Amino acid sequence: MANTISTLNAEALSLESVSLWSVTWKRLLRRKSAVVGIFILGLLIFIALTAHWLAPYDPTASMLDIPGYTGQATKRLPPCIHLLGCSQEEPQHIMGLDGNIRDEFSRLLYGARLSLMVGFATVTFAIVIGTVLGALAGYLGGWVDNAIMRVMDVLLAFPSLLLAIAIVTVLGPGLINALLAIGIVSIPAYARVMRSSVLSVREMDYVSATRSLGGNAYDILFRRILPNALTPLIVQGTLGIATAILDSAALSFLGLGAQPPTPEWGAMLGSERNQVFTAPHLVFYPGLAIMLTVLAFNLLGDGLRDALDPRLAHVS
Amino acid sequence: MITYIIRRILLSIPVLIGILFATFALSRLIPSDPCRAMLGEKATDIVCNEFIARHGLDKPIPTQFAVYMGEVFKGDFGRSFRFSLPITELIMQRLPTTVELAFAALMLSVVIGISLGIISAVRHNSWVDVVTMLWANIGVSMPVFWLGLMLAYIFSLALKGTPFQLPPSGRLSPGLIPVPFYEVWSLDLAKGTFAFIVADFVSRMQVVNSILSGDHKVLKDAVQHLILPAFALSTISTALIARMTRSSMLEVLGQDYIRTARAKGLRYRTVILKHTLRNALLPIVTVIGLSLGGLLGGAVLTETVFNLAGVGRILYEAITARDYGIVQGFTVVIAVFFVVVNLLVDLSYAYLDPRIRLE
Repeated sequence: MANTISTLNAEALSLESVSLWSVTWKRLLRRKSAVVGIFILGLLIFIALTAHWLAPYDPTASMLDIPGYTGQATKRLPPCIHLLGCSQEEPQHIMGLDGNIRDEFSRLLYGARLSLMVGFATVTFAIVIGTVLGALAGYLGGWVDNAIMRVMDVLLAFPSLLLAIAIVTVLGPGLINALLAIGIVSIPAYARVMRSSVLSVREMDYVSATRSLGGNAYDILFRRILPNALTPLIVQGTLGIATAILDSAALSFLGLGAQPPTPEWGAMLGSERNQVFTAPHLVFYPGLAIMLTVLAFNLLGDGLRDALDPRLAHVS
Repeated sequence: MITYIIRRILLSIPVLIGILFATFALSRLIPSDPCRAMLGEKATDIVCNEFIARHGLDKPIPTQFAVYMGEVFKGDFGRSFRFSLPITELIMQRLPTTVELAFAALMLSVVIGISLGIISAVRHNSWVDVVTMLWANIGVSMPVFWLGLMLAYIFSLALKGTPFQLPPSGRLSPGLIPVPFYEVWSLDLAKGTFAFIVADFVSRMQVVNSILSGDHKVLKDAVQHLILPAFALSTISTALIARMTRSSMLEVLGQDYIRTARAKGLRYRTVILKHTLRNALLPIVTVIGLSLGGLLGGAVLTETVFNLAGVGRILYEAITARDYGIVQGFTVVIAVFFVVVNLLVDLSYAYLDPRIRLE
């Protein structure tokens, strides 16, 4: 019996998801802003995957330690670009050198890796825990629901960045702890989305049908209810990646996240912030990179929200 | 309405207790033992045992939590070992700067955000709309600390010598010592009284204080120092408010009663401001309330960038110095503040939409 249900399920799901995703993708491509987001994101993923080929130098090596380096290895050297008239004798540094005589451009490229990793890791963590908590709260109801959602209310009562700061202060600074803090802070959003989806379909006929056919709680929750919650979770998750990247950059800027010499954009910016008047390039480029990455996820998230909204189906 | 207010206030009490428990739990999770975290690695066992007994750390956890709650309700957050001052006193010294900064940023984002939102809704799909929404998308993606540093660079270095030059850091120019307004008014307030505490709090908000004491020179300087941080801090909420105003206005503009209002010959301006905006206000108020949390979090970053001696700045210093008491105290204060703001937002819903009161 259980076997029949799951086979049926698999077929129904795959049929539905193929059409839903291809329709969504088509609708997404019709929105200029979403296309811009996808383009930036594609570029970032490409950079992240190929950073070790693209980067002209080792991101953590000082120019002084590179054998055969002929340029003037001075701290915070302004950008030297051959096309823009920088002397051909000098080695090219598109974004100059940083305070530790490292190539800023190489560090920036490697930073893409870390930022994307941070975004996906924290959101995955938050979605997994948030979904389970929300599903339990919505499905079991009663005191379990009350207990879980009140804890979520308390988490939401703190401004998110501040709570993350408080958590990292206790755990100790470091990239992993910062990720954990941001992950914890973003759990309530997913728990709420999941809980409301569960509540809205819990009493529907097809759920009752599964129950009467002998489906257990696992079947009902993850095969019947979860697919219904997928759309809002995807939208929330995409926008959540944007927030996670922004918050983790802020934590690193404050010295609570990635530690030197890790090439992390927020940390790069934070360590050179007092040099903004003498070496503005060291502040400008990492910040621009953060902004573009966050922008890409925001544009994509907004686009997905519209593309996945059945109320807007007739528009496209 | 009064029953609604009372019920809403009672509902926020469990959240407040939860906040206290969360900060209490965080302080007990500190990996190293609290004695050596507070007194330094070299503290001897005798000193530590005495420290533990004095702070009641040998009592059961529920007792400790009850004691902690009692202290917080009395306004006692303990002492900062770094400044050797009661934390409550530090908070009262630093909070006005943050409140002033957050309020200025909030005003900027409400005024700019709502106006831009109205304009782009009214001129839907025009170039104004496209530019505003493009800018709003960039605005929500902006790292506050980066924008702050870039503004400081542009306005204090690149525009040096022009009338647009603005100071990049600090709350007032060095050498300017503002006189508290209660001294100018020669009010005789005894230290420690409630009136003094309020007056002292208000006098630490430089713009308010200089207006009250009529000091034009300090006022101009204080405003100049506030422009850049307030603008940097306001960007994200401005963008959020502009987006929400636009979509909410567009939804209301499509309603039949708007067409009716136009058809019966009302002026366009009246229809937009009275019929449309008023009905579109509810989601806008929600976003304003929500963005206040972002403003308080962003204040930490903005104050660090602009060297303002506010809550955020001291929090940052406390983190680097591992002064947990301060982090804990400030987190409680800001979270409670945030809960109160959310309460006010909920109450304003009931005011704007009478249907909510009846639920």
